[in-house]
Amino acid sequence: MRTVTVVGASLSGLYAARELRAQGFDGRLVVVGGESHGPYDRPPLSKDFLTGRADEDQLALTDAEETAELDADWLLGVRARALDARGRTVLLDDGRTISTDGVVIATGASARGLPGCELTGVHTLRTLDDARALRAELSAGPRQIVVIGGGFIGAETASSCAALGHDVTVVEAAPLPLVPQLGPDMAAVCAALHRRGGVDLVTGIGVAALRGTVAVTGVELADGRTLPADIVIVGIGATPTTDWLAGSTLALHDGVLCDDGCVTRLPQVVAVGDVARVGGTRAEHWTSATEQPRVAVRNLLAGHTTETVRPVPYFWSDQYGARIQFAGRRLATDTVRIAEGAIADGAPDEGGFLALYERDGRTTAVLSVDRPRPFMRARRELARGASAVEAAAATR
Amino acid sequence: MIPICRLDDLPEGESVRIDTTPPIAVFNADGELYAIDDTCTHQDASLSEGWLEGCLVECPLHAASFDLRTGQPTCLPARRAVRTHHVTVDDGVVYVHVAAQEGTAA
Repeated sequence: MRTVTVVGASLSGLYAARELRAQGFDGRLVVVGGESHGPYDRPPLSKDFLTGRADEDQLALTDAEETAELDADWLLGVRARALDARGRTVLLDDGRTISTDGVVIATGASARGLPGCELTGVHTLRTLDDARALRAELSAGPRQIVVIGGGFIGAETASSCAALGHDVTVVEAAPLPLVPQLGPDMAAVCAALHRRGGVDLVTGIGVAALRGTVAVTGVELADGRTLPADIVIVGIGATPTTDWLAGSTLALHDGVLCDDGCVTRLPQVVAVGDVARVGGTRAEHWTSATEQPRVAVRNLLAGHTTETVRPVPYFWSDQYGARIQFAGRRLATDTVRIAEGAIADGAPDEGGFLALYERDGRTTAVLSVDRPRPFMRARRELARGASAVEAAAATR
Repeated sequence: MIPICRLDDLPEGESVRIDTTPPIAVFNADGELYAIDDTCTHQDASLSEGWLEGCLVECPLHAASFDLRTGQPTCLPARRAVRTHHVTVDDGVVYVHVAAQEGTAA
C-alpha cells in the first residue's frame, strides 16, 4: 500500500494513524477531519471542560512532536462526501479527491437533534464547538435548564450545570434512564444520584415540542405540561456518520458493517470507533475507539482478517461527584448482587459499592460506584475469563 | 519530608494516597517503595487505586501505565510523566521527600 486515508480525525482516527506508523506503514498517510480542530478528547466536554476546571489545551490528544513523527497530511475542516464503489477514491466536500490504496473509516457519530433545535438556547453536546457555545451561555448567570435525555451525556451535563449553580431538570422518556446499560435495579440506584445533585428527574414522559419563537422558552411534555427553560440541552443519543458512504458498496446498518476484525466488505477498507458495527455490535465507548485501531490496521495491512477484537466492553461516567464504571456483557436475565459496599435509601452509600451481574454462577459484568480498585480487579477477571472462553473455542 | 505510615502498614502490593497538593501515591512494589504524583496525567484519576504489576502501575480509569521508578508513561493515553519522589524508611516509618514542583524526576 502506498497511500492510506484515515477519514476522521478524532480519537479512533488518531489511534489508527498511530497504529499505521507503529506497524511499519511508511507510505503516504492522509487524515481527513470534518472539524477544524486537531484530535481532542471528548469525555471532558460534558464534565471538567463545561465547569471550567479544564481548558482546551488539556483536551488535545497529541502534540507537535508526535504530529511531526506521524508525518501525515492533515486535511482538517473538510468532510468526506463520498467513497467510490471500489474504495479507491475519497471525495471531499471542497471538491478535492484522494486516490488511496487503503481506507480507515473513523467518522464517528453526530448528536441527534429535535425539531426546534435551531432556537437560541438549544444545545447538543458532542463537539468542542458545541461545548464552547454551551459553556459561554452557562457563564452568563443562573439559568433555568432542561436536559432532554437521562443517559450519560444528559446526566453528566446536568451534573455540571447543577455544580455551576443552575436550576436543572432532566426529562427522560423511558421509565428510568440507563436501563439498557445497567438493568432496572442498578439504573434506579444510579438515577438516585440526580437527587444528590439537587436535580429534578422527570421520567416516563416524552417531549412534545420545544417552545419559543427566536429563543427557547420551554419544553412541552407529552402530558401537556410545559417546563420553562432558558437553556435546553438535547442529549438523546448519536447517529453514526455514514451518510457520505451512501454511494459506496459498503453494507450500512446503524454503522458500517464489519467482521470481528473491523474489516468491511472491501478488504482494503476498515472501520473503527463509534461509526463501526464490529461483529454485530456498535459500541460508542471511548475504550473501544482506542482498542479497535490496532486490530483494524493489522488486518488492513495484511489484506484480510488475521486478528479479531473481542474486548470486554467498558465505560465510565462521572456525575454528581460519583464515578460510575461498568464492564462486561450483561443479559436482561442476569441476576445482580452487591458484592461490596452498600445501597442506602435507594442510592449509593457514601463509600460507593461494587455490584456483580451473574448467570449460572458466573460473573458476566461488573458495576462500580466509587470503588475503582475492586472494579479493576473484577474487570481483569472478566477479561481473563473471556480469553479463556475464546481459547477453548479455538481448540474445539 | 512527610511521614506516611508504618512500613508494616504498607505490605507488598499495597499503596497509600497522601492528601498533599498535589496528592502523592506511595507503593510497595515487591518490597521496593516508590512515590509518585497520584493524579494520572491524562485525566482525573487516582493512581493509588491503580493496578500494580512489577514496577508499573496502571490507571484505574483508562489503563494508562506509569513506571514507578521514573514516572514515565509506558503506554497511551498518558503522554506526560508524573513526578517521582524519594522514599526513605527510618525506624520502621515510611517518609516521602517531596520533589520540587518543577521537573519530572527527583
